[in-house]
Amino acid sequence: MAETLFEARDLSRIFEPARGALQQLSDRITGKQPAVVRAVDKVTLSVVEGETLGIVGESGCGKSTLARMITGILPVSGGERRYRGEDYVSFLARKRDALKVQMVFQDPMSSLNPRLKVGEIIGEAAALHRVVPRARVRDHVVEMLERVGLPADTITRYPHQFSGGQRQRIGIARALAVKPELLVCDEAVAALDVSVQAQIINLLMDIRQDSGLSMIFISHDLGLIRHLCDRVAVMYLGRVVELARTEELFANPVHPYTQMLLAGMPRISVERRAFMPIVGEIPSPLHPPSGCHFHPRCSSASGHCSRIRPELSEWTPGHMQACINAG
Amino acid sequence: MSEAFFEVEGLNTWFFTRMGIFKSVRDVSFDLRRGEVLGIVGESGSGKSVTGMSIMGQVEEPGRTVSGSIRLDGEELTSLSFEDMRRCRGRRIAMVFQNPLMTLNPLMRIRDQMYEAISEHESVSEDEMHQRCLDALRAVGIPSPEERLTAYPHELSGGMRQRVVIATALLLNPDLIIADEPTTALDVTIQAQIIHQMRRQIDERGLGMIWITHDLATLSELADRILVMYAGAMMETGTTAEIIGSPRHPYTSKLLESVPSRNVPGEKLRQIRGTMPSLLSLGAGCPFMGRCEHATDACARGVPERMFSQTHRVWCHHPLEV
Repeated sequence: MAETLFEARDLSRIFEPARGALQQLSDRITGKQPAVVRAVDKVTLSVVEGETLGIVGESGCGKSTLARMITGILPVSGGERRYRGEDYVSFLARKRDALKVQMVFQDPMSSLNPRLKVGEIIGEAAALHRVVPRARVRDHVVEMLERVGLPADTITRYPHQFSGGQRQRIGIARALAVKPELLVCDEAVAALDVSVQAQIINLLMDIRQDSGLSMIFISHDLGLIRHLCDRVAVMYLGRVVELARTEELFANPVHPYTQMLLAGMPRISVERRAFMPIVGEIPSPLHPPSGCHFHPRCSSASGHCSRIRPELSEWTPGHMQACINAG
Repeated sequence: MSEAFFEVEGLNTWFFTRMGIFKSVRDVSFDLRRGEVLGIVGESGSGKSVTGMSIMGQVEEPGRTVSGSIRLDGEELTSLSFEDMRRCRGRRIAMVFQNPLMTLNPLMRIRDQMYEAISEHESVSEDEMHQRCLDALRAVGIPSPEERLTAYPHELSGGMRQRVVIATALLLNPDLIIADEPTTALDVTIQAQIIHQMRRQIDERGLGMIWITHDLATLSELADRILVMYAGAMMETGTTAEIIGSPRHPYTSKLLESVPSRNVPGEKLRQIRGTMPSLLSLGAGCPFMGRCEHATDACARGVPERMFSQTHRVWCHHPLEV
């Protein structure tokens, strides 16, 4: 059994609107609670060594907020995080250890400093934290570039001189340069063309195979998730509604939301299917429906669904789901 | 099968820059019947969006449509005056873009924007405008349209905004709608709803639609015919079944193969090696030859057109066997 690398228990993140002093005072007098967004609402999940965990969901489901809490960019509002069993806050406080969790972003243009040369972008953290000896930084950067399939002369060029796919390779090289154990990819290929997307996915798979890297792969694209991930968590409005091994989830989805998401997945097929789209919109995270967040759009909702907050529970071994009417 | 009402022939749109001439659209031809959806599929730089802008007569400097014929019901659009083309846009050809926030005016209520679209082209009473707006909003599946009319764009979700844009495009009952990546920014479930409703509108109203996208999966759900573009040129065109089921061009075939759902989970994706050539340095040969496994010397010297059926045409020296 591989060791658990990262785990989150009841992880939450609440965003409050900025309020002026007057607003705060009037709220206190009237006793009004300000509207808050529970972007992530008590999420529990873990990643074991060498595993790729997929997180899938639509916009507003909290997947990016979750990613940012996992990498430690964003403080949490509640719950706990552990890395190899150690409390995450003390883990992150040791700067060199904190490098073990790295992130690849969706838009490489806004995540690469346009004023730095590629060599500096990739080598900076490795040099600063002495991941490699100073004298070896340049060689290390060249190695990283080779690893992601870019020529060595890339070092002296600037990010704007590259295409989207190449920039994403630079972003991956930067993350790899500090020898991470866990790579969090947030919609890392969403902005790329299909053929470039395939190249980057293959690159990630190569890296994973060579170095035993663990990954959290966040995407709205079920096809990619299915292809790349060992286990998948499905999120809806801040909560995980189902979590299972990939084959199991795609073969036997239990939660109505997962079922509808899979049914709505665009397929390349000669046969036109008579498809019945999910009705309704994703509700505003400011005013989520009571009980189960999905109940207004759910065809099998019962009276209880608007009252009871469903908890994620074991359906079959390793398969968790959060619908009270399942089965 | 009915006659084509819209035809594009030999379209060339080039951008004249300091660096040289970018030939973004080269010799593109296609036609469209009423009630039909033509999907134009390609990656960034394939010329699919510039093709749409060329039809609308809205290519911006330093770009210019240097040659080609665009005919709507037999009328040549490229020779229309600026004023006549302006009347044609919106009235007979409407366009829907990827980002509805760029199309909608953030300072105007939905109602006023939709009214403006009508009054720009027709003089009708306010009551009738109101009724037509409600009908259009209902047609694209907007719940409680009465309330939405008085809302501002920021009060609506992304999916709702795009529906408003589509409803506005439908207002004047155009003959042709050009939609450029209209559902790309939307969530899967919302995308499915909009595609569903679009298809119904096209069938009911008998309008023609050009759906420009990079997403073959969406097209396989919606389009009747597909045109595959690469680096400004046509690669292959055919019915959706022909393109998806029996692609003949190596590029089309590779593109289909690289989609995750057509690969074994957990194994490496079948990728296309290399990158798209610069539009500056294109010769007479096939633009895909540098990345193609079947390329021979012949590919550098022009590209022949091969016909496999009335509808299925391929521009390639080495079309695939099926």
